[in-house]
Amino acid sequence: MRERIALMIKADMGLFHSKKSLAATVSFLVCLMFVPVYGSSYVLDVVNRIGIAVIAALGLNILTGFTGLISLGNAAFMAIGAYSASWLAMRTGINFIFCIPVAGIITAALGMVVGIPSLRLRGLYLAMATLAAHFIVEFLAVHWESVTGGVAGLTISSPTVAGFALDSDRTVYYLIIPTAILSVLFVSNIFRTRVGRAFIAIRDQEMSAAVMGIDVFKYKLISFALSSFFAGVAGALMACQTRIITPENFPISIAIDSLAMIIIGGLCSVIGTIFGAVFLTALPEFLRLATTALAGSFPELIGKLASLKELVFGLLVILFLIFEPHGISAIWQRTKNRF
Amino acid sequence: MDFTFLMQLLINGLVVGSIYALVATGFVIIFKSSSALNLAQGEFLMVGAYICLYLVLQHKVPFIAAFVITMLFSALLGIVIERTTLRPLLGSPVISVIMATLGLASVLRALLQIFFGVDTIPFPEIFPPEPVHIGPVPVSIGYLYSLCCVAVLLTALTAFFKYTKSGLAMRATASSRQTALSMGISVKKVFAMSWCIAAMVSAIGGILLGAIRGGVDMSLANMGLKVLPVVILGGMDSIAGAVLGGLIIGLLENLCGGYLDPLVGGGVKEVVPYIALVLILMVRPSGLLGSRRIERM
Repeated sequence: MRERIALMIKADMGLFHSKKSLAATVSFLVCLMFVPVYGSSYVLDVVNRIGIAVIAALGLNILTGFTGLISLGNAAFMAIGAYSASWLAMRTGINFIFCIPVAGIITAALGMVVGIPSLRLRGLYLAMATLAAHFIVEFLAVHWESVTGGVAGLTISSPTVAGFALDSDRTVYYLIIPTAILSVLFVSNIFRTRVGRAFIAIRDQEMSAAVMGIDVFKYKLISFALSSFFAGVAGALMACQTRIITPENFPISIAIDSLAMIIIGGLCSVIGTIFGAVFLTALPEFLRLATTALAGSFPELIGKLASLKELVFGLLVILFLIFEPHGISAIWQRTKNRF
Repeated sequence: MDFTFLMQLLINGLVVGSIYALVATGFVIIFKSSSALNLAQGEFLMVGAYICLYLVLQHKVPFIAAFVITMLFSALLGIVIERTTLRPLLGSPVISVIMATLGLASVLRALLQIFFGVDTIPFPEIFPPEPVHIGPVPVSIGYLYSLCCVAVLLTALTAFFKYTKSGLAMRATASSRQTALSMGISVKKVFAMSWCIAAMVSAIGGILLGAIRGGVDMSLANMGLKVLPVVILGGMDSIAGAVLGGLIIGLLENLCGGYLDPLVGGGVKEVVPYIALVLILMVRPSGLLGSRRIERM
């Protein structure tokens, strides 16, 4: 009996619940490898952006979904990552590839600084503190010209791997997508460890967690550090992809998008985060295609595309919150159970 | 320093601060009654400004009538939003409500863009343009009107909460939802009313801001976020705090903007309230007049 329970727990704790899901994942990854061979530059651009969004949203999900600390500062952390990587690469001449993890670590350190007040702040208050952090970072990005280049921004030289420059959507893909896959693997694994379970305990009932011997302050800081590490890496990759970064690359709407991704995808679900990121990044592209297709009969639609995107985005967020609060991952689970 | 410059900054600060106070009051009313954080407050403001502008410019409605119609429209908008978006989310986690108001903000902003475009629309001159002089300092009449208007409104709101039955019901709900329910107060009606009042006072704030600035555009929505430092400073659940916080933040950002902008090259006004927010949260998270929260298991 005991052995059977142990086996069941082991199966439950495993990353893959069945051979089928393992096979599906592996075949999906193999397909991903071939996207640059067949995909057009446009498709690759979208997929790259999805990869970056997945990393950023995963970071936010660690903090908001799993630890219950609401953050509106994800765009700010991405900006910190992007600027520190670019600055480092520019000043020291180090290959940009190595600047990416360093940028992640710098962002993690700064994220912990933002996290320190979080010991006293819950829910709403933390959301506001991180919102304030966003505006302060934005201000610094515009005005600290010696580091950030001000409004004009910074230009980044492409990273190289073994003398091979990653200077197109096709080549950058091989930097972004593996990083995204590693991030997914890492985050899925955190929640099978003591640290991840401590996060969840803190989210569910902070005081009980403390009573049970979890050092709440320490784990909250770890959560902040991990979350901002991923946001920083995402920011650095974004710098790598766009090759020029300005304060305008990181508006508050990016932070709201990240939050919407994890909510629409499903809070505290790694696969949900991926769904959310794919869905919300592909949605504007889909709308663009739809409006271009309808442009013949409704020519005024083209000019309203930006507003239309925002309208659909807002409506989707509200509808998901009301009708499917557990997000796409719940729909996914239901469909899977049906088979 | 130049005395006139200082006075100018102080007056600007007071006027902008009084509008912050008004909008923050709407925010606090919603937070007190339903503990929802309304991040779409800035969009309410824009809706008010645009509707009023549209009526005056397109349909040549006299300003007073346009104002009344705008109020009715905003009241209706508040009720509809509460009924369709917030009520289904009653009892959901904090993050859902925050996200819902963010979604709402997107929807309202998008609708305004679709109907009115993104360019700045000049506001018709409601107030006479020539300034009056208070001592040596020229002050535009719009500023004075705006200050009076806010003062009257805030007094009216206070009276409403103090002397009317609905006001009493709202206060009762704020102090304890359960008790209010068991006393036969319709908490749903109270929620609807709080959104209705919040939308209306924000719309007035929007119209005043439009008139003072002389134009309306999408940047008005930033005001909605500026409300956050105000309510944090004043205390999230205190209307008096919202007023006090509004005036202080208004003065602070204008004084800092006036004196520090030349040193760092602009933009100080936009960031100072948020620096203040962080400092207040670190020192005194309950704000100046807010009640301290006690955590119970």
